[in-house]
Amino acid sequence: MTRRRVAGRSPVGVLVLTLAAVGTVLPLVSMALTALQPRGSAPAGLSVPADPQWGNFVDAWDAAVMGELLRSSALIVLVVVPSALLLATLAGYGLALVPFRGAALVYAAFLAGLALPYEALIAPLYLQIGDLGLLNTRWAIIVPLTALFMPFSVFWMRAHFLGLPAELLDSARVDGASMRQAFRHVMLPLAAPAWSALAILLFLWTWNQFLLAVTLVDEPTRRTMAGALGAYQGQYGTDIVLLCAGSLLIIVPTIAVFLIFQRGFVAAILQGAGR
Amino acid sequence: MRARYGASGWWWVLPALALYGAFVLYPLSQTVRYSFYDWDGFGPATWVGLDNYRSVVTDERLLDSLGHALVLIAFFTVLPITLGLALAAVVADLRSAGARAAARAVLFLPQVVPLAGAAIAWSWMYSPDGVINQSLRAVGLDALARPWLADFGTALPAVGLIGTWVATGLCTLLFTAGLLRIDPALHEAAALDGAGRVRRFTAITLPALRREIVVAATILTIAALASFDIVYVATAGGPGYSTMVPGVLIFRLVFTDQAVGLASALAVVLVVLVLAIIAPLQRLGRDE
Repeated sequence: MTRRRVAGRSPVGVLVLTLAAVGTVLPLVSMALTALQPRGSAPAGLSVPADPQWGNFVDAWDAAVMGELLRSSALIVLVVVPSALLLATLAGYGLALVPFRGAALVYAAFLAGLALPYEALIAPLYLQIGDLGLLNTRWAIIVPLTALFMPFSVFWMRAHFLGLPAELLDSARVDGASMRQAFRHVMLPLAAPAWSALAILLFLWTWNQFLLAVTLVDEPTRRTMAGALGAYQGQYGTDIVLLCAGSLLIIVPTIAVFLIFQRGFVAAILQGAGR
Repeated sequence: MRARYGASGWWWVLPALALYGAFVLYPLSQTVRYSFYDWDGFGPATWVGLDNYRSVVTDERLLDSLGHALVLIAFFTVLPITLGLALAAVVADLRSAGARAAARAVLFLPQVVPLAGAAIAWSWMYSPDGVINQSLRAVGLDALARPWLADFGTALPAVGLIGTWVATGLCTLLFTAGLLRIDPALHEAAALDGAGRVRRFTAITLPALRREIVVAATILTIAALASFDIVYVATAGGPGYSTMVPGVLIFRLVFTDQAVGLASALAVVLVVLVLAIIAPLQRLGRDE
């Protein structure tokens, strides 16, 4: 007897799923259709443009200085993600496999940060970043964001190292490897899957980071993509066609990354939730 | 055996801990300190003891913002978990693995869209000319059409539903994986014993998904209480203060009203509220 005979596929289920899928894509479809309407028109939310204005995307690209935005976001991601991975890998290894007095306390301090709303830090961060002379630079996002990623990243890497068979490290040690050598030659190569999953998550969280960008960087072209969207809305809020086109340009890269790395992404989410 | 490898662990942890200490723990301690002062952020600060906290529980704007955050839990957490359970049941039931993957991918899509982008897309959905009013008019319900985000009565649930849209896919994804792990033999045996769909759901499915539900509830409750992007972009807290949440109010108190002390007290209360709600959830998630 198969599972299907007990709970077979029902037409109602398929209908529910179809409705859910339509509801999910509807806001994005409405945005896309609106982005193709003539500039300055007052389109309805869902109307197929008679003469699609693909040029709107070019206008939005120019208006939002999208080239600079992409470069800025890429620069931020390229510093935040590798730094967070490196620091978290070292700390995760230390906490998992190199026992020391106070390790439990250190781990608890990191864990405490898991539930911390970022808003609770913005006033002191603003003053601190100001004292360091970093306001309105990309470092104002990079440095605090990397720090804010530590709780989850350390948690993630520690769990990975704890999940490895104990004999692995022991045999490397018996062979005379130091903790550093064991780390570099045995542990690091094995961390690749844990890394790639974490990297995808950190990429999306950095790219989509809004609060730090809006509070610590005034110049939109030095923000993350999502942060730039905040300024963009204020500037082009009255031109709905251009706003939709510009927003889509900002949203599409994250969707592309998701679709390309979908398998790894889903695995990362499930793995992350399992811990 | 591992214990004798020495006490050099500090060196491994130090770089991460230093950065975390300097840019998370230290600012957090400062927030607590500021909360006892009347301070505009640059001039002299006056010690006011618990006055700011008194304001948090008496000033309607602040108190209401906390209330709104609790309301958002219904939309960001409870509703997505409920919808996720139903959708996961359908997805897990699909015959082909390809169809399952496609359904999960589509439903999960909003989760990767920047929240600010989701808010812009939905502002357009809710606008006078948007899809929602357009559909209402198409079926003759013109009387119901309104600017949803600008209406005092509908703005908060409208903002909440944006969160539902974002979070449902995450729940569906988590629960589908959990459901596929359940041994079909359990359902068969229960069915043979005469258990109906509802009974099997409460006796088999729900207990098996307990861990996933707790994980989703934890992540999403934090997201609801700490909501900023969606509200800031969709309504900025308005109309009036009808959608004001603690995150946006802290932002406004600091950068517009220059009330750093009051903002900090609200921030501390928010942190405590998050912990107070998350902690009992964790106990539920532990294996018996």
